[in-house]
Amino acid sequence: MTSIRIGAGQGFYGDTPDGAVDVATSGDVRYICFDALAELTMAILQKDRMRNPEGGYTRDLPGFMRRLLPITHAMGIRLITNAGGMNPAGAAEAVRSAARDLGMTDLRVASVTGDDLSMRVDELIAAGVDLRNMDTGDDLASVRARIVFAVVYLGAAPIVEALQRGAEVVVTGRVADASLFVAPMVHELGWAFDDWDRLAAGVVLGHLMECSGQATGGNFSGDWWNIAGLDRVGYPVCEMNDDGTALLTKPRGTGGRVSVDTVKEQLLYEVLDPRRYMNPDVVADFTSVHLEEVAADVVRVSGVHGTQRPDTLKVIAGYLDGWMGTAMIGYSWPDAEPKARRSAELIERLAQRAGLEPLEMVTEVIGIDSLHGDAAPHQDANEVLLRVAARFATEEEAARFPRAAMPLALNGPPFIGGAAGPSGSRALLGVWPARVPRDTVEAGVHVDVHAAGDEA
Amino acid sequence: MSTRIRLADVAQTRSGDKADLANIALFAPTDAMYAAIVREVTPERVKKLFGRFVKGEVERYEVPNVRALNFVLHQALDGGGARSLRSDPLGKSY
Repeated sequence: MTSIRIGAGQGFYGDTPDGAVDVATSGDVRYICFDALAELTMAILQKDRMRNPEGGYTRDLPGFMRRLLPITHAMGIRLITNAGGMNPAGAAEAVRSAARDLGMTDLRVASVTGDDLSMRVDELIAAGVDLRNMDTGDDLASVRARIVFAVVYLGAAPIVEALQRGAEVVVTGRVADASLFVAPMVHELGWAFDDWDRLAAGVVLGHLMECSGQATGGNFSGDWWNIAGLDRVGYPVCEMNDDGTALLTKPRGTGGRVSVDTVKEQLLYEVLDPRRYMNPDVVADFTSVHLEEVAADVVRVSGVHGTQRPDTLKVIAGYLDGWMGTAMIGYSWPDAEPKARRSAELIERLAQRAGLEPLEMVTEVIGIDSLHGDAAPHQDANEVLLRVAARFATEEEAARFPRAAMPLALNGPPFIGGAAGPSGSRALLGVWPARVPRDTVEAGVHVDVHAAGDEA
Repeated sequence: MSTRIRLADVAQTRSGDKADLANIALFAPTDAMYAAIVREVTPERVKKLFGRFVKGEVERYEVPNVRALNFVLHQALDGGGARSLRSDPLGKSY
């Protein structure tokens, strides 16, 4: 039976390249796929691009490449990453530049563009595309003037094209996480784009691998205390067979654990309806997935069913929604929490007297209720950290807010925890999920492939 | 006859975000325990537990192949990751 081994190299923007290095050197893989994007990440990269039109891709991409290419180029391992974010063409140039520095002028690098709809929103509206919020049903008009970016989730097809055209590194923008992994499966195993069960199997494996160590022992809610070697957790490696069954494992000599229990947690991570997991290329039924431990750190994945791909593709738009300022002060025993609560009331009044007009405020007593809110059981804490976050219409107000709270260092309830100095303000971006007909965007998708040494 | 157990002692969970939605997957270790969580852990109880954190509805999906319930919490993240004022804007700790 034909099969292909693919490894995961990154689970988020900020992840270490160490996991990918282990996958390359000890994973016996021919592809490594890097998922650098999330909704929050798109917002961060868009802020970068607004400051610098040359930016907008993850800043650590050249570093990843300088570390990995000397290993992978010699071994013939191909790399696929969505770290291009809001600027895949610029990111691909950065990869070529890194390759030139390494003397690899023959390295063929592809960029996939066409996912960025930021400049096409009015055009889509004029064409009658309904961009209402798919969660709330709200009309886009309520945020239209404040939209700063819009991207559509592409599927595996443009990456397959890049691989067919000989790309050794493929850099994309907002390709769906799992599709990064589906592409080499389609390319190597010759799957058809209407072979729903196999595509669904690819999506399941891609979904299991896209968050790197979260499938192999990281963030594990079971007996986490028994999982050894999380300082060098093995990133997922899959062996996908042409019949759509697969093995999930990790590189030799790495830490972490691959078991049904670690893998099943990732299966449902960020999933809505498990019977209909929507990917651009297929709708996968996660209730059909069969997981079985077949050896130490090897889980067999089989039985996956899929149905026809959706007629629409998911879009997320980001819109400006004010500015956040944060004030933080620590309090200690006795009465740590009551001191923090009193202090929060004082901060609200101090802000008022400073002429600030918060649109909303969130008060958290870290150590008591910041993570679980009303669900937190009440207990007396020895020490707490008060955090008051407020949203303002202007950056100026958000920046002034923590200063308004500073007098409490001497004038408030007694504290020993220390007050954090005024922290910077932050722009808040709302995320607007919608769906667009696929034919309105697919014609704009473009794949560019050329070698690092070529004239751009 | 019934006994009280603490879910955290027997079950696994994982949570995450999609815009202003959060999901919580709750995994039972045995068939008997799965039947028990299907019976006991209703969307209404989850919604009530989270109180002011979850402004919308809570949906529940059964995933028997991994003995799990998947809860989808609407308007649960103060507007979502890049918009939220909360310490955990992504619902990772739900």
